[in-house]
Amino acid sequence: MKIAIQKRERLTLTSAFLNTLVSVLGALVFGGVVLTLISGVNPLTAYLTMAVGAFGSGYAITEILVKAIPLMILGLAVSLAFRIRFWNIGAEGQWCVGGIAATGIGLFWSSILPGPLVLPVMFLGSFVLGALWALIPAILKVWLKVNEVITTLMMNYIAVLLVEHFYLGPWKNPGGWGFPGTASVPAIAQLPKIAGRAHFGLVFAVAAAFLIWIILKKTTWGFRIRVIGESERAARYSGYNVPKYILVVTSFSGGLAAIAGMAEIAGVAYKLQMGYAVGYGFTAIIVAWLAKLNPWAVLVTAFLLAALLVGGDQLQISLNLSSYIALVMQGVVLFFILAGEYVFSRYSLRISWR
Amino acid sequence: MSTTNKFLFAVLTTSIQAGTCLIYATIGEILAERSGILNLGVEGMMLVGALTAFTVAFYTQNLLVAVILAMIAGGLMALIHALLSIKFRADQNVSGLALTIFGTGLANFLGRYLGPNGSSLVGQVAPHLAKMPIPGLADLPFVGRIFFHHDILVYIMYMLVAASWFYLYKTWPGLNLRAIGENPQAVDSLGINVFRLRYIYTAIGGMLAGLAGAHLSLAYSPGWSDNMTAGRGWIVIALTIFATWNPVRGLFGALLFGSLSILQFSIQTIGRRISGSILNMMPYILTIGVLVIITWWEGIRKSAGTPQALGIPYSREE
Amino acid sequence: MRRPMIYGYELTFPNIIPNKEVNVMLVLEMRGIVKRFGPSVVANDHIELTLEKSEILALLGENGAGKTTLMNILAGLYQADSGEIWINGNQVMINQPSDAIKNGIGMVHQNFMLVPTLTVTENIALGTGKGKIVFDSHQIETKIQALSEQYGLEVNPKNYIWQLSVGEQQRVEILKTLYRQAQILILDEPTSVLAPQEIEELGKVLLRMVESGKSVILITHKLDEVIAFSDRVTILRAGKNVATLRTSETTREELTQLMVGEEVVRATCNGEVTGPVTLKVNSLSVLNDKGLPAVTNVSFNVQGGEIVGIAGIAGNGQTELVEALTGSRRAVSGAIKINGADVNNQPPITFINLGVGYVPEDRRTTGTVAGMTLAENVALKGVGKQPLSWGLILNMGAIKSLAQRLIASFRIEAPGPETIVSHLSGGNLQRVILARETSQRHTLLIVVHPTRGLDVRATEMARQILLRQRLGGTAILWISEDLEELLQVCDRILVMRSGQIVGCLGRETANKQTIGALMVGGVETKGGSQ
Repeated sequence: MKIAIQKRERLTLTSAFLNTLVSVLGALVFGGVVLTLISGVNPLTAYLTMAVGAFGSGYAITEILVKAIPLMILGLAVSLAFRIRFWNIGAEGQWCVGGIAATGIGLFWSSILPGPLVLPVMFLGSFVLGALWALIPAILKVWLKVNEVITTLMMNYIAVLLVEHFYLGPWKNPGGWGFPGTASVPAIAQLPKIAGRAHFGLVFAVAAAFLIWIILKKTTWGFRIRVIGESERAARYSGYNVPKYILVVTSFSGGLAAIAGMAEIAGVAYKLQMGYAVGYGFTAIIVAWLAKLNPWAVLVTAFLLAALLVGGDQLQISLNLSSYIALVMQGVVLFFILAGEYVFSRYSLRISWR
Repeated sequence: MSTTNKFLFAVLTTSIQAGTCLIYATIGEILAERSGILNLGVEGMMLVGALTAFTVAFYTQNLLVAVILAMIAGGLMALIHALLSIKFRADQNVSGLALTIFGTGLANFLGRYLGPNGSSLVGQVAPHLAKMPIPGLADLPFVGRIFFHHDILVYIMYMLVAASWFYLYKTWPGLNLRAIGENPQAVDSLGINVFRLRYIYTAIGGMLAGLAGAHLSLAYSPGWSDNMTAGRGWIVIALTIFATWNPVRGLFGALLFGSLSILQFSIQTIGRRISGSILNMMPYILTIGVLVIITWWEGIRKSAGTPQALGIPYSREE
Repeated sequence: MRRPMIYGYELTFPNIIPNKEVNVMLVLEMRGIVKRFGPSVVANDHIELTLEKSEILALLGENGAGKTTLMNILAGLYQADSGEIWINGNQVMINQPSDAIKNGIGMVHQNFMLVPTLTVTENIALGTGKGKIVFDSHQIETKIQALSEQYGLEVNPKNYIWQLSVGEQQRVEILKTLYRQAQILILDEPTSVLAPQEIEELGKVLLRMVESGKSVILITHKLDEVIAFSDRVTILRAGKNVATLRTSETTREELTQLMVGEEVVRATCNGEVTGPVTLKVNSLSVLNDKGLPAVTNVSFNVQGGEIVGIAGIAGNGQTELVEALTGSRRAVSGAIKINGADVNNQPPITFINLGVGYVPEDRRTTGTVAGMTLAENVALKGVGKQPLSWGLILNMGAIKSLAQRLIASFRIEAPGPETIVSHLSGGNLQRVILARETSQRHTLLIVVHPTRGLDVRATEMARQILLRQRLGGTAILWISEDLEELLQVCDRILVMRSGQIVGCLGRETANKQTIGALMVGGVETKGGSQ
C-alpha cells in the first residue's frame, strides 16, 4: 500500500464532504470544551439534549422547519446571486423589504382586494420590492463598478431601519399594549399551516429549489449564468450579454429573498415587530456556502443549521444553557471549513494498493 | 445659554461620548484595510472586548487591567481572521462574517456564566470610568465643557486620532502601510515583508475594536447586556469607507454619525417630527453615496480611494 | 571613444581601436546560469555574461530567448537552479530582491512597481527608512533633486504618480535605483513605452550614468536601441548566449542573423488575389489598456479561401488588433468590414452572428471554461440555437452527441463528454477549441498562436483542420510567432511591429530571415500596408 500526498487543483466532492465532516467534529469538540469549562455542563449531556430537542419529537421537527423555511429560501436567493459572482450580502435587507410589503398589503389591502387575490398580491409585491432593493447595488456594480459587498451591506441596515420606522411609526398597533409592533394581518392574508407551526412557505422553498435547479441545469439561460459565474471572460468571448444577466439574476435573487420575508409574515409571524430581523440573511450566506451553491444541498444545510438553532433553544429550556452556544459552534464550523478548503484543495491523499 | 446653544452643546458633547467607541474601532479597521485585509468581524470583536473589559473590571476592580485585557481579546479574535485570510487565503467576506457570528455568540454565551457563582453578568455592577475634567482646559468657555469633560478614554481617543494621522502620513512605517494596500507587489520587491505587516495591522485593528468595546461597557453605558454593541460594528465598516481611510475624516464621520441619533431626540423635543429610524439610516445612505463617488472618481483619476489590494490575498507568483 | 547617441541613425566612424587597459574592470560576471521552469522549459541554458565598468551592455534576443529571466535572477526575483554571480571580483548570493539592492543592483521593470496614490518622493524613498520613524520628506526631496539634476531626470517630487505620464514614471523608477546607490542598472525594454523624443532623453541619461561610473544592462529586442545606445551586445537565442560583440564592430544584419539564426535577404511583397474580400480592415487604430497607441493605421484584407498570417514579436499590437477584430476592444479610428457589413465597435455577438470564429490566445480563461465539462465547452457559442436547444430548453442529448462526434473526429484524448476540461492537457484543450470553432463553416476564422505548446501530432492535426477550412472557402487570419509554421501554411504573411504593418510577403518571397528581420527592425522597409 502506498500513501502519497500530492498537490492538486480543485476541491472534489469527496474532499468537500470530508472537509465538512472534519469541521463539524472540530466544532463539536471545541463547543464541548467551552461548555465544560464555562458552564460546568457535561458536553455529552448537552449534545444529547440538543439532538433530542431537535429531532426527538414530531413537534420538534416542525419547529426546525419553522426556522428552516426562511433559511432555505434565503439560502437559495443568496446562492443564486453567488452563482453569477454577485456577492449578495444584502439578503437581510431584502428579507426586510419583503416583510414590509407583505405586512403592508396584508394590513391595508386585505379589505380592498378580492379574498383569493390577497396572498398572491402579497407574494408579487414582496418580490418586486425585493428585486428593486437588490437592483440598486446591481446597477451600481454594472455601470459604475461599485463594490457590491458594501452597497448590499448598507442597504441591509437601511431596510432594517425602515422596518422599525413602520412598526414604531405609521403602522404601530394601537391596541398592542405598548409592545412595539404592527397589528396582525387578517386571516385572509395568512398562509395555511402544514404541520405544527410549519407553514406553506415550505412549498415556496421546495418550488424555488426546483425552479433554480431546472433553470440552471436545463435551460440556455442557466447555461449562460453558469458560464458567467465560472469565467466572465469566456462568457464575453462567447457573445453573452453579461450586464443583462447580472441585473436579471440579481433582481431575482433579491425578489426571492423578499419572498422569504413574505412567507415568514404570512406563515408564522403575522406581523412586523422587534425581533423580525435576527440575522437570517447572514446565516443564509453560511447556508449557501456550505451547500456549495447547489439548490438541493441548500435545503439540506438550511435544515441542519435550523436544527442546530432549535437544539440550542432546547438547551435553554431543559438545561438552562444559553442557546448562544449554537452560534459559537456555527462560527467555529465555518472557521474550520475555510481553513479546510485551503488544505484540501492543495493536497490530496492518495491511497493505492500496490 | 440660548436654546440653540444648549442644543448644540448637547449634541456635540453626546456625539463625542457616543462617537469615541466608533472612532477607536474605525481607526483599527482603517489600519487593517489599508494593509489590504477587509475585516467584517468588527461587531464580534467589539462585543468580546466589551465583555472582557466588564468581566475583568468586575472581578479585579482594576480598570487598567480590564482595558488591556479587552484589547488583547480583540487582538486574538482578529488574528483568527488574519490567519484564515492570509495563510489560508479564505474569502475575507465569509471569514469576517464567521468572526462576527463567533464573536457575538461567544460574548453573549460567556456573559451568561461569568457572573458570581456562574450566574449572568447582566445587571451586575462594576467600576466604571468616571468623567475626568482636565484642570484648566475644562474651564474654557463653551469649548471646555464640550471637549474636556469626559472620561480618560475619550482623551486618549483625541491623541490616537492625531497620532494615527501622523503615523500614516508622516512616518516611514506609515508610508509602508499606505503602499501595501495599494500595490503589495511593489512593496514586496523592495524587501518589506507584506505578510507579516498584514498580520500585525489586522491584530492592531482587533485590539482597537476591543478597546472600543471596553469604552462601551466601562464608560458609555456601564454594565453588560446581550448584544450591547447593537450593530455599531457595522457602522464602523461604513465609517471606514465614509472616512476614505483617513483617521481625521473618520473622527468627523464618527461625530456626524454619532450625532444623528441624538439629533433625532433633540428634533422631537423642539417639536418637529422626523422619524428617528429615517435619521438613523443616514450613515448608511451617506456611505453608499461616498462609495459611489470615490469609485467613480477612481475611474477618472487614481487619487486616494479604496486601497487597490483590499480583500485580495497576496502571493509571490514566480 | 564614445559614439554620439542619435536614435535611429547610424553614424559611421573610422575603426578606432578603443584605448582600454588589458585587465578590463568587470563589475559583473554571471557564470553558468541555468534556470528551468518545469521539466521541459529551459529558460537559461548555462549562460555566461560579463559587464564592464562604465559600459552599456545590450542584452538582445527575441521574446522567450531568456533575457528577462536572466535579469530577474540578477535582481533577486528568481533563483537560478545553478550558476554563480560575481560582483567586482567577489562571489555573491542573491536570493531575494534586498540582496540585489545591497549589492548595488537596480532594475527598472517593464511593468512599473509604483504606487499611484503616493508622491514621487514617497515612491522613491519607500523601503529605505530602516530604523527611522519620522518621514522627513524635505530632506529626501533635496536628495532627489540632486540626483535629478546630476543625471538629467526631470521630475517634480511633490507630484502624485497618477498625475505623471509614462515617461515621467519611468524616470521615477530610474531614480529609485539611483537613490539606492545602484551601480549596476538593468532596464527592461525601456523604450517600448516612450515617444521618440523621450527616447533621446533617455539616451542622454544613460550617458551621464555611465560617465559617472555606473554600468547599464539594456534588455531589448530592438536593433535601433542596440545600435544607438550600447557599447557591447550579448545575444541570447533559445536560452543560450550565442555571441557577445562590440556594437561598433557589428552590423544590423549580423545581429539579426545571430538573433534569428540565418542570413538576411531583402524581399518584396507579392500577394495572390482570389475570392471575395471577407475581412477588410481600413486605417484601424486601437489603444491599449494604458491609453497608449497599440495599433496605428493598419490596413489589410483577407479573402475567402486564403490564409493571411501576422508575424511579429508578442507585444507589438497583435493582441489589441485581434481584440478589435472580435469585438472586445474599441477602435479609436478606422473601419472593419466583414463581408461588407460594418462591424466597428460592435459587441462580440455581432461578430459571432456574422460567422466569425475565434481561437483565442488564452485557452484556459477565455477560450474555455475550466470548471465545466467538455460537452458544455463545445456548446458555449451554439447554445440558444438549434440544434443544441429547443428555444430555451437545452437539448442535452444533442450537445452530448455533438461532443462525442467531435471527440472522435478531432481525436481529443478525453474519457468522454462529461470530462471537466481543467483536467485536459494543453494540446487537448486546444483541440476542443478548434473542434468548436471549426465544426461549422465560418466565413472568417481568427486564430492566435493555434499550435503553441502542442506536440508534433497535435500541431499537425491543428494545421490540417485549418487548411481544410481554407479549402472550404473560409478566410483565415493566423497570428503567430512561429515563423516556420507561418511559412508552411500562409498564402501571405504580414509583419507587425510597434503597432504597424511593416511588411507583407507572398509565398514565393517569404523566408524566415526576411520575416525575422522585419520583426526586429533589421531591414529598412518600404511601404507598410497591404
